[in-house]
Amino acid sequence: MIATQDYCIFLLVMAGVTYLLRAVPFVLLKGKIKSRFWRSFLAYVPYTVLAAMTVPAIFFATENKLSGACALVTAVVASLLGLGLVGVAVVACLTVLGVDGILLLL
Amino acid sequence: MKFFNGVRDGLPIGLGYFAVSFSFGIAGSKLLSWPLVTFISMTNLTSAGQFAGLQIMADAAGTFIEMAIATFFINLRYSLMAISLSQKVAPSFGTFKRLLLATGITDEIYALAVSRTEPVTARYFAGLMVLPYIGWSSGTLCGAVCGEILPPVVTNALGVALYGMFVAIVVPQMKAHRPTLIAVLIAIACSFAFKYVPALSGVTVGFAIIICALVASLIAAALFPVKDEEDGDGSGEVLRESGKEGEA
Repeated sequence: MIATQDYCIFLLVMAGVTYLLRAVPFVLLKGKIKSRFWRSFLAYVPYTVLAAMTVPAIFFATENKLSGACALVTAVVASLLGLGLVGVAVVACLTVLGVDGILLLL
Repeated sequence: MKFFNGVRDGLPIGLGYFAVSFSFGIAGSKLLSWPLVTFISMTNLTSAGQFAGLQIMADAAGTFIEMAIATFFINLRYSLMAISLSQKVAPSFGTFKRLLLATGITDEIYALAVSRTEPVTARYFAGLMVLPYIGWSSGTLCGAVCGEILPPVVTNALGVALYGMFVAIVVPQMKAHRPTLIAVLIAIACSFAFKYVPALSGVTVGFAIIICALVASLIAAALFPVKDEEDGDGSGEVLRESGKEGEA
């Protein structure tokens, strides 16, 4: 648990930065970003961020590394097979439930 | 375009958000009480950013500067979407309304709004925001409350839903666009390095994510600049792709 005062400052920083990122360009900018390099950079950012957040963190999100690793594999396979957001999330959850359940019984 | 047309169009997004934010609520309940977790969702309306924020809060060494920089880079894409959306809105969508409704610029709401052929009015956009906002907030609330009650085996399983969602956003783009595949692999290699190379283990979680994303994106942008046609109206088809799938 973190101190309430720290929480308040963290929240203010998070919400403030997020809001300004949305509001400032929405209100001020009308034109297109000219630099192809920076447009490309910004296009890659969401994917690299999500990838860095998921791996290897998913291995440590569950009771043991095996169930997290299995969930990553089944999620990737489910996504390659064309399942959407909710479907892939459900597959990942069921995998962890299954693997942790089996390990609990062993 | 009327307010209620927007509400109707926002329904599927709202349902998806409920499911995803449920897992954010569970993750948050391990660190914070349920009202505090719910308040994060009510004030941020962003999945990856909130999730990283939670990791920084959980880290005893996490700092406010780290929070600001991590939030900035993870949510920077919203600025691109805001620029793109500003070209699509009706002339009546004035500065005050933009300030009021800017929070609604998420991957999905943005994608839906710009895919309309007519100019986007403030009323329609406000309607579009309603159900996703309710879904995101109430999903977090339910997840946080359940997180305090449910046994760890169940919460652990539900907790990976968010990672599953991230996979569902990244993998189709990796499959369709080889440079994204390379960028993602660089980011993952970098992320492993921060976890396992002893010299780098002192770096906090938030900065590790920022550095991984910066390095991988800069390399990819230098080697594989996105084509102009892929960039359509200033936002990027690559970004639009992620919008289809459903991340807050």
